[in-house]
Amino acid sequence: MKRVVITGAGTINALGHSVPATLAAMREGRCGIGQLDFRDVERLAIRIGGQVRGFEAEGRFNRQQMSLYDRFTQFTLTAAKEAIEQSGLEFHGELSAKAGVVLGNSGGGMQTLDENYRSVYEDGKNRVHPFVVPKLMNNAAAGHVSMQFNLKGPSFTVSTACASSNHAMAQAFQMVRSGMSPVMITGGSESMLCFGGVKAWEGLRVMSKDACRPFSANRNGMVQGEGAGIFVFEEYDHARARGAEILCEVIGFAMSSDAADIVMPSKQGAARAIAGALQDARIDASEIGYINAHGTGTAANDKTECAAVADVFGPHADSLMISSTKSMHGHLIGGTGAVELLACIMALRDGVIAPTIGYEEPDPECALDVVPNEAREAKVAVALSNAFAFGGLNAVLALRKV
Amino acid sequence: MSTQDKVIAIIAEQAVLEPSDVTLDSTLADLGIDSLGVVESIFAIEEEFDISIPFNANEPEKSDFDISNVAAIVAGIDKLVMEKA
Repeated sequence: MKRVVITGAGTINALGHSVPATLAAMREGRCGIGQLDFRDVERLAIRIGGQVRGFEAEGRFNRQQMSLYDRFTQFTLTAAKEAIEQSGLEFHGELSAKAGVVLGNSGGGMQTLDENYRSVYEDGKNRVHPFVVPKLMNNAAAGHVSMQFNLKGPSFTVSTACASSNHAMAQAFQMVRSGMSPVMITGGSESMLCFGGVKAWEGLRVMSKDACRPFSANRNGMVQGEGAGIFVFEEYDHARARGAEILCEVIGFAMSSDAADIVMPSKQGAARAIAGALQDARIDASEIGYINAHGTGTAANDKTECAAVADVFGPHADSLMISSTKSMHGHLIGGTGAVELLACIMALRDGVIAPTIGYEEPDPECALDVVPNEAREAKVAVALSNAFAFGGLNAVLALRKV
Repeated sequence: MSTQDKVIAIIAEQAVLEPSDVTLDSTLADLGIDSLGVVESIFAIEEEFDISIPFNANEPEKSDFDISNVAAIVAGIDKLVMEKA
């Protein structure tokens, strides 16, 4: 089995348009959640979200590209450019033939769907732009990344709702670890902050109207975000041979299914994924210093997640740190695990633990060190990133400092 | 149909019971309605009465709308319908 390291990272989200900007915001405990701004927002009951501000697609992309790129694709390409530039890789010859891109995404081109449904249903138009299908399909972003960077190996999109990015990165990890490909581009993206996207979520009545406060006793729901996180997963010797900067190592993963309920989380399902990741990485539970929580800020997730962590780690659960950065960037649904992986990289590489902001009242059912409100300096050797999706589909990644 | 009859019909359908099995002091949990069923019942009531019910599944006890039993739901609906009129 090959060792797998991360040699490039890129992002755009409500906290920043790059990795350094995002990590700076996480260090400061800044909140990227604010009033939503898009057409028909006044018809929504939920009007807050982690919207990407000041992102002008015009100028970045030409007219032909704009007609093919939904906002989730625009985010993906922007983050992929940052990640691949950082890695210093160029894809030619054999590397190009083997390298591919596996991305997580849940809603596909939701902005494109929303605009075009509005056009045919509300405005009564009988004709839509010819590229609606290639623009809205879930795999559009992966396809465009492959084209732009000449990645000719295995590429596809994984869709497991809120765990999409973690499932995608686990898949990419497996491909590099098994020797199938020396380099895989992976991560995920989402852009559901439009009238139809938020209206659908509103219906479930799990959204907060004021803030995302994971683990806090007065938490009252999740807040949506948008953006992308993209990484370069590279075989260790390949990276060393070219003198690449290594951000951290990916050492294991596990996936599990609750097989119980379409929306309610299960402690057992989550615990099996966490324990499975430790086993796959061949590490002892006591080595984990930080967990980036799924931490959605719903009543159900946070207490179930804390109970799962307590079950797996026993007494060590009280000495590790667990935080939810969704409090700052919102829940990016299919892109969330990717943006959250950045908090793990910051913990391992920089020794800075991103806080859970908006934390106001301790909840006895979430009695762990959730790094409330302020970032903390701490040396962490191994970190986990949790994702537990609707459908009861879970994926946990394990990472190590290099 | 009165508010009460309409509510009982909606809840009975959700619980897959006969309306006669649903009484004013039944709780939704007694009737076997889970969290998704609660959200669906509230949606059906909103559609039936053309009202908006303030209900957040994360903090049902803090919502202005009392769903502790069928009688409370009926009273809550009458109040919202009156406020709307």
